[in-house]
Amino acid sequence: MWTLGPIGFTAPLLLWALVALPALWLILRAVPPAPIRRRFPGVALLLGLTDDDTQTDRTPWWLLLLRMLAVAALIVGFAGPVLNPDAREPGRGPLLVFIDGTWADARDWARRMDRVGAALDEAARDGRPVAVVQATDLPEAGLPFQAAEAWAARLAGLDPAPWAPDPQRLADWATGLDGGFDTFWMSGGMEYAGRQELLSTFEASGDVRVFESARPLVALRPAEFADGAITLTALRARAGAETQVTLAATGRDPAGVERVLARVPATFEAGATTAEAALVLPPELRNRISRFAVEGVRAAGAVTLTDDSLKRREVALIAGRDNREGLELLSPLHYLEKALAPTADLVEGPLSDVILANPDVIVLADVATLAPAEAGDLQTWVEEGGLLLRFAGARLAASDVSRAEEDALMPVRLRAGGRTVGGAMSWGEPKRLRPFAETSPFFGLSVPDDVRVTAQVMAQPDPALAERSIAALTDGTPLVTRKRMGKGQVVLFHVTANAEWSTLPLSGLFVQMLERLAVSTRPARPAAAELEGTTWVPEAVLDAFGTVREAGTLPGVAGETLADARPGPGLPPGLYAGEDRRLALNVIGPEAALAPATWPARIPVEGLSVARETLLKGWLLAGALALLAVDILASLWLSGRLRGARPAAVAAVLLALALPVDAQAQADDEMALRATSEVVLAHVVTGDAQVDRIAQAGLRGLSQKLFQRTSIEPAAPISVDLETDELSFFPFLYWPVTATQPLPSSEAYAKLNRYLRTGGMILFDTRDANVAGFGGGSPEGRRLQQLARPLDIPPLEPVPDDHVLTRTFYLLQDFPGRHNSRDVWVEAAPPDAARAEGMPFRDLNDGVTPVVVGGNDWAAAWAVDDRGAAMFPVGRGYAGERQREIAVRFGVNLIMHVLTGNYKSDQVHVPALLDRLGQ
Amino acid sequence: MSDPATLRARAEGLAEALPPLLAEAEHLAQAVLLGEHGRRRAGVGDEFWQYRPAHAGDEARMIDWRRSARSDAHFVREKEWQAAQSVLLWVDDAASMGFSGERNHPTKAERARVLALAVAVLLMRGGERVGLTGAELPPRRGPLQLLRLAEALGADGAADYGTPDATGMPPHARAVFLSDFLGDLAPVEAALTEAADRGVKGAMLQILDPAEEAFPFDGRTIFESMAGTLSHETLKAGDLRARYLDRLAERKQRLSDLARVTGWHYSTHHTGEGAQGALLWLYRALERAQ
Repeated sequence: MWTLGPIGFTAPLLLWALVALPALWLILRAVPPAPIRRRFPGVALLLGLTDDDTQTDRTPWWLLLLRMLAVAALIVGFAGPVLNPDAREPGRGPLLVFIDGTWADARDWARRMDRVGAALDEAARDGRPVAVVQATDLPEAGLPFQAAEAWAARLAGLDPAPWAPDPQRLADWATGLDGGFDTFWMSGGMEYAGRQELLSTFEASGDVRVFESARPLVALRPAEFADGAITLTALRARAGAETQVTLAATGRDPAGVERVLARVPATFEAGATTAEAALVLPPELRNRISRFAVEGVRAAGAVTLTDDSLKRREVALIAGRDNREGLELLSPLHYLEKALAPTADLVEGPLSDVILANPDVIVLADVATLAPAEAGDLQTWVEEGGLLLRFAGARLAASDVSRAEEDALMPVRLRAGGRTVGGAMSWGEPKRLRPFAETSPFFGLSVPDDVRVTAQVMAQPDPALAERSIAALTDGTPLVTRKRMGKGQVVLFHVTANAEWSTLPLSGLFVQMLERLAVSTRPARPAAAELEGTTWVPEAVLDAFGTVREAGTLPGVAGETLADARPGPGLPPGLYAGEDRRLALNVIGPEAALAPATWPARIPVEGLSVARETLLKGWLLAGALALLAVDILASLWLSGRLRGARPAAVAAVLLALALPVDAQAQADDEMALRATSEVVLAHVVTGDAQVDRIAQAGLRGLSQKLFQRTSIEPAAPISVDLETDELSFFPFLYWPVTATQPLPSSEAYAKLNRYLRTGGMILFDTRDANVAGFGGGSPEGRRLQQLARPLDIPPLEPVPDDHVLTRTFYLLQDFPGRHNSRDVWVEAAPPDAARAEGMPFRDLNDGVTPVVVGGNDWAAAWAVDDRGAAMFPVGRGYAGERQREIAVRFGVNLIMHVLTGNYKSDQVHVPALLDRLGQ
Repeated sequence: MSDPATLRARAEGLAEALPPLLAEAEHLAQAVLLGEHGRRRAGVGDEFWQYRPAHAGDEARMIDWRRSARSDAHFVREKEWQAAQSVLLWVDDAASMGFSGERNHPTKAERARVLALAVAVLLMRGGERVGLTGAELPPRRGPLQLLRLAEALGADGAADYGTPDATGMPPHARAVFLSDFLGDLAPVEAALTEAADRGVKGAMLQILDPAEEAFPFDGRTIFESMAGTLSHETLKAGDLRARYLDRLAERKQRLSDLARVTGWHYSTHHTGEGAQGALLWLYRALERAQ
């Protein structure tokens, strides 16, 4: 390859062809453009004229330059120019592409893969075998060398893992390596255990090149909750100038939509690698947060999931006994309040109100009986997942609750009275607690010696008692019993919640027991010992890009591995659900720090933004083609062939191509113009040619009559297709109903309903009044019912005598068409319409009736042919002509009604108006 | 007697071609409102001119008795002299007239024919007789003559450039020459001189295409005459423009001078314009030529 500045040539010898350009210049200059033959009568005047300058026929210099450029571009293009050619010596031997593949790589994974792709291309050119290995996804042993092309196809399938490489695994793998190979190390920029050792292994095998992104590496430690504030700590790998990052708290809003609930800025001081931010949120909002993230960073390390440790449980405390003034320490709830206040939100109030608030826990301290409704609600609440915590007391001991048979809200049956031990009036010593059994949720808590129980309620021996007892006294009598109910549970402490019956509420054990019961939230993470034997099922997992995904069918993990585990292949970071709480496993632990990967000076480290080789051949050839195209136009123009109408025609063709003319739209516009420039009556196209023709003729006749007799001067009527035409142009639609008419589409119905709602009127004509009454069993009537079902039609009534239709222009009482039926229906008058004193008419509906329904075949009565003669006979003789006249008058009244609304109704108000105006 | 069937077919073929031209000409002529065009002196005619007292020598039948009865003297009713003029048309039918610089412009021949026929319509409406120069179609009047004119004008000549035919012109007739006058001017000169000798006056209308007036050509071009007899090659047509236009102006000047000398009227008409103006000019030129 021969290079010239930033451009190299793969076939530099071809560039010698450029020497030929001057010769080409001379040749092109010598050859004049081909002549055009033109017929021109004026040639007689040209005879004898000679050209002034025999040089001017030559191709103009700029056209020559254009052609020279085109040819030069072709030559240079075929010489194979490459921008930023990789001038390095081609490597030899196998190449290992080693990718860290941790979450730190996820920030710019796509660009990294591009870079790896470039390295693979290079290796493919040099014919080197390549192995691509991810530190987080190591092959079983050795290096999977393959052809570079094979790896290039698999690059898209590589994904970073949201954890750091396992040092042990890395060391094992490194010791198995042998043979010489060069290494191309795609580093995530994060230090991890075993990296230095790996580097020395690679260096022993061959050259090592390292690529590192310059983008800063930011991570987020798990959120900590203390003193009502959430503390967030952001980390960065390299201490640098002062930088600010925004931390976002994400969770579901009340509508269940995941969104950012709060944002807080955190500032890295200059030279510092950590930045802290405190976030104070109302408990409601805080409980909703599911994760925190550094905004704008796509990496698992910048996301930290929250678990129950942030959440504060709502605990409702209800005491059965009224507090006695001044005896705070004897209050049944005092010790509970003290124990729970730091770690839970307490709710107090009547039980019925508390259940509505749906707390996590309801504590009933010495409450014996509940109202049946309350008990029912409480039971439902427990079955939905609530924890009902009951404490015994004098009342419970004295009551008959759960005596003969087990109460639904008690874990066991109780013996009457309870017992007292070690008191002044009783035998024996106060009892101590027996160590907790393995099956007990309290297992592992140490029992202090000073806890004494002096009184308790006794459980009836039952087959289920042993199973339900989770804490017992040294004599084996149950101290705490538990019963599961649906998703929830009922727990009974057989002692009081205050220190009256035992010293348990005074001890630290009480608080721990409450924690274990998940009444309160434990502030610290459980230790491995506590988690032993439990199984945790992942609910949501985090991928390396910081995206939270459904865990799907991932298997559960053992509690002890979860306790102080680092995320790994079998333990993806995410949210793990246990029996009664959830634990978050985050990529960055609470103590973690970020260290930048450091490389010895002998290792070349390149940034990602290496200028890639760009082949310029295509561009140059395309440029040459474009120049030649320009040359064609220029030559045509120069020789006079591109002149006059032709450019205009070319432009017109181009324009026509660019702006496809929509014939349909044009037709629509024409129709819209026709329909809106004058008043136009319209009828609905039924599909029956004869009916449509009569409707058209009828409206034509009516339009003529309107023109002659009234100030309404309609243009020729229009046929309207409900499916395609706009209806809003027409004040009035005549709709002859045929038995075979297809139902309009739902879009057409939407259009019709809009039309009716916005003041349009439809005259439905079943045309069968001679054989059927309105709504009778005629086929058209049935079809009308089907047609009108989806329409927004108000209640109808037969035209009342005082309807405005009877007097909008003519005074009418009948509305005949070809048939004379009185069954014509219009919108019903409001039921409270009443006739005012002295008025001839009722004050009826304010507006135009949206439909008029009848069967009198009006169009046939109105129809006229082209010469203006009636098309159909109506009735017989003079009476028939009279009927036709009345039919026309009905049409006139109808159109008047459509166009003037209730104007004639308002006439009845005129005397009152005049009176008020003082005239 | 020819076969009636073929006669009919031929007649229809003829009629097919003629009416459009005639109709166009009629349409054009319709726009010109004819004024009175009598001779303004007593003579043979239809229109009343004046009453004059009867002289001795007037025949008794010449006395207008109705007028004479209102006075003591006798009066003779005189009519305006309305002798019909003969107008002869020469429409150049050479190949050069078939040129049209743009697709939507009519050819010069088309325009010339329409103008000729329209002026014929007008003249006949004014009572004149119209014919073609040469012996082919002597001046006559009437609708039939119009049809004959239309037919005669429809023919295309084979020559490259037309030469006017000044034969068959009755003395003191009027003549109209419609041509592009791009050919040799000597025959034109000769024809005009001959016409002037016979006292024939008239109008010369030079019909040119806008392209001939503007010479909008560039580049290497071979110009050929319409029939192909003449050709001229240039390497740079644009350079010839000025000299071409000079020659054209010179030619126009020469024609104008010639017209002035012979008492004719000369004007130029471009096919890019409407025909109306040219028709009006022709009509007025013929009136002036009286």
